[in-house]
Amino acid sequence: MTNALDLELVATTKRYGETVAVAAIDHTFKAGTYSCLLGPSGCGKSSTLRMIAGHEQVSEGDILLGDANITDRPPASRGTAMMFQNYALFPHISVVDNVAFSQKMKGVAKPVRRKRAMELLDLVDMVSYAERLPDQLSGGQQQRVALARALITEPSVLLLDEPLSALDPFLRIKMRLELKRLQRELGISFIHVTHSQDEALALADDIIVMNGGKIEQAGSPRDVFNAPATEFVARFIGGHNVLRVGGEAVAVRADKLDVKRQAGEGGATLTAAVKDVEYLGSSVNLALDAGSAGDLTAAVSDTVFFADPIEIGTTVFLAWKPEDAHALAV
Amino acid sequence: MKTTKKIDPSKRAERVSWMLVTPLACVLGFFLLLPILTIVTVSFWNFNEWSFFPDFILDNYVYHLTSAVTWATYLKTLKFMVLTWCFCAVIGFTVAYFLAFHVRSLPVQIALFLVCTIPFWTSNIIRMISWIPFLGRNGIANSSLISLGVIDEPLEWLLYSDFAVVLAFVHLYALFMVVPIFNTMMRIDKSLIEAARDAGASGLQILTNVIIPLAKPGIMIGSIFVVTLVMGDFITVRHMSGGQSASVGRIISNEIALLQYPAAAASSVVLLCTVLLMIGVMMRFVDIRKEL
Repeated sequence: MTNALDLELVATTKRYGETVAVAAIDHTFKAGTYSCLLGPSGCGKSSTLRMIAGHEQVSEGDILLGDANITDRPPASRGTAMMFQNYALFPHISVVDNVAFSQKMKGVAKPVRRKRAMELLDLVDMVSYAERLPDQLSGGQQQRVALARALITEPSVLLLDEPLSALDPFLRIKMRLELKRLQRELGISFIHVTHSQDEALALADDIIVMNGGKIEQAGSPRDVFNAPATEFVARFIGGHNVLRVGGEAVAVRADKLDVKRQAGEGGATLTAAVKDVEYLGSSVNLALDAGSAGDLTAAVSDTVFFADPIEIGTTVFLAWKPEDAHALAV
Repeated sequence: MKTTKKIDPSKRAERVSWMLVTPLACVLGFFLLLPILTIVTVSFWNFNEWSFFPDFILDNYVYHLTSAVTWATYLKTLKFMVLTWCFCAVIGFTVAYFLAFHVRSLPVQIALFLVCTIPFWTSNIIRMISWIPFLGRNGIANSSLISLGVIDEPLEWLLYSDFAVVLAFVHLYALFMVVPIFNTMMRIDKSLIEAARDAGASGLQILTNVIIPLAKPGIMIGSIFVVTLVMGDFITVRHMSGGQSASVGRIISNEIALLQYPAAAASSVVLLCTVLLMIGVMMRFVDIRKEL
């Protein structure tokens, strides 16, 4: 299965009556990459995914897969497959019949389609559950079945709508690794919608941060995390402080803030009071009140912190290297 | 030493459950079980022209089951039942499907659903009798068909016929099919339909592979309503057939009119067993427990 193709959105727009859910976005999802559409609820990420899947009519613009314009094709003949948020397994048929469903619709003979379905169940390690009903499976197992059902159509692009949100935190991390492994092995593109920045950073080759129906920033996880392009991205991705320097907004990562005891030491420019100290294991977060600069967070490594612990109420001085301050677009 | 007796909590919980179940058990026992036991008992009693008295005879059953009239009547009643069930199932499924899947907004769904119940604001008998002026020899149906030139003379089979009986049954009982089917359809996750479409299913394939299997419990509950109502009916058959068709319910009502209570009781017991058997068979096909 190496039918990986580029997927391109060209000024793709979705309108519901008067409201614009997705505003003319352009993006190319490179063949064989893991992309995450990241954003708060209502940012248009799910609408974008559903337009790619063909479950939502595109109001304007086009969607191209390889050389083909798939904008108006029905879901099953686009070369995409979708894995639904609540998995949407058919409750009245067994796991193997769920996986074989699309082949049954095509009229593939029963032994042939069941054999093929078993191969996919093997891929997701669910062969021993083939004859069970979906209700008899745990959330993680249902997800594997849903994955197998989507992959049996041999899509070029697999679309995942918040696939991990229904799982408990422990299982989420486990399934996250498995999704990534599967994507590497299959070599096709995965487009994954999520509102969790951790998930996006851990999984994606390419993060697309959306807000208000527009793409705020797209790039590799490191680029997005290290150098957020806008104030929204800096705040949404977390771990950043947005500061004003000479009237311009800049983002400084919380772990790049230097906390000093003495004024003027190492070019410290900001004074702040320590409001709270949060111990997080490998680091300690200081909640700071920097007066007119607002509330800031500084992350200090635990060794540094415990060498000279800072009490709540202490006044500290903050510094950062110029190269760690990233200018933000308005 | 403490003198208070310690009650085992599980025993206590058990006693509370028994207490909670008592009121319902009393009501069912007094108004359902006791009457049925009475009927079963009386069905073995003897009777003459002016009285009936305790006895233990099987004559009532023997007479009922060996009479050719009984068998012909059962056949007729089953025919009404099958026809009514077919039409109610098709109409009920279609209406429920429309309400559940084509009407998008919940307020409109509720409004249309209430519209379906409007006929129930009048009594059964009035709804049934109002067909008579419509279907009669010089009724609205015949006169409009004649004025349209479709027919030259009035159709005789419109009223006081099996057609009229089935029509009235379908009119009276279709809603009993709509409600449970609508109920199960509303519980079908809409993303299942999308998942089916994603897998390349056509509209018809979605209907036969997803919606009908998932709506089965509703269809079955509606079927139980329709089957029991039609099997036990005596008044619709009498009015709509003009007294020309018999049904099992009419046999019983005639026997009661002749004060042959033991015979009526025996007929009732046979009918009850028949209906229970039919429901038993239906339940074997579909598990409705999830719906209750």
